[in-house]
Amino acid sequence: MEEGLEFCGTGRAVPEHILTNEDLCGMVETSDEWIQARTGIRERHICQGETLTDLTVLAARRAMEMAGISADQVGLCIVATITPHCATPSQACLVHEQLGLAQDCPAFDLNAGCTGFLYGLETMAALLPRQRRPYGLLIGGDVLSRVVDWTDRNTCVLFGDGAGAAVLAPSKAPWTCHLHTQGDGNIIWAHGLSLGQSAIHMEGQAVYRFAVETVPKCAMELAQQAQLPLEEVDWFVLHQANCRIVEAAARQMHQPKEKFYLNMQHYGNTSAASIPIALDEMNRAGMLKKGQKILSVGFGAGLTWGGALFTW
Amino acid sequence: MFEKVKKVIVDTLNCDPEAVTSEARLQEDLGADSLDAVDLNMALEDELGMGIDDDALPEMKTVGDLVKYLESK
Repeated sequence: MEEGLEFCGTGRAVPEHILTNEDLCGMVETSDEWIQARTGIRERHICQGETLTDLTVLAARRAMEMAGISADQVGLCIVATITPHCATPSQACLVHEQLGLAQDCPAFDLNAGCTGFLYGLETMAALLPRQRRPYGLLIGGDVLSRVVDWTDRNTCVLFGDGAGAAVLAPSKAPWTCHLHTQGDGNIIWAHGLSLGQSAIHMEGQAVYRFAVETVPKCAMELAQQAQLPLEEVDWFVLHQANCRIVEAAARQMHQPKEKFYLNMQHYGNTSAASIPIALDEMNRAGMLKKGQKILSVGFGAGLTWGGALFTW
Repeated sequence: MFEKVKKVIVDTLNCDPEAVTSEARLQEDLGADSLDAVDLNMALEDELGMGIDDDALPEMKTVGDLVKYLESK
């Protein structure tokens, strides 16, 4: 058992504008039925004027407000993203500036695709106890609408924009975390400005297979290492890419679907933001009770995947 | 082989066993979409110890195509 983190507050922020499946029908050859059957997605929030800085700062403020902490209590600030507002300063530095965090609070970005929040948790668990201030601010945020090819009906229907944040503190409560990588630039990529071709490219079937093979395995390994049967896990919070992946994972793990939180119908795949947005929704809805066991698994571009099993 | 493949198809696609004939088209008749195709292939690998190679997957139109491919493997 490793030393881990306690969630002291959560927050989320999504752009105001909602793009429905019906709206997409006017942009590409698709249908609401097609999108829902393959993804479970009905609508997504898309930036129209808001920036990733607006979203990440707002999500962070909401998490800090819930935790009841001030800027001078934050000792480490990490933003998981693949779509930072600019190459430099990093997104975390922009958040640092807007929130007025302390000079001895390191701030940096982390790119692990849709697994970013899990990579961030483990990084936080390792570094936060070494900092001079008690709380860590971890934000997952992406504006994938900036890199989506809006003429590609296979990918443009999948994604949405948003940010989720958590205020964390070191904790002695049981904590297990596993991170994985299988470097592969062929099945998911978005080259960005570096190669002048920014659109997301995704081999749908290969990605689906990658996810349904790795997610249950990762979850079961975590439970085994923590010596906690899956039956005793209260909530499974998986990356919200596609409900078919979540359903396949539930079947393979022999766990009731009701224990798997789903919100991609309203947000689409928000990349690094999906898990913290889900945690914040659950938290604010009173679904998460103190002492509950939560198993979260992220997976995505890199390829990266990873999970954490923790106590709320 | 047909009976084995039929069982995997019925279990994976959750379809009526009566509908799974050699001529049945996976997509049009049995309602399999691109993600079901991946599930089906993984289930074939689990149950029969062999699946459809990625490059042959698009040619698998009917249940009979699957059986023929697996028999020749």
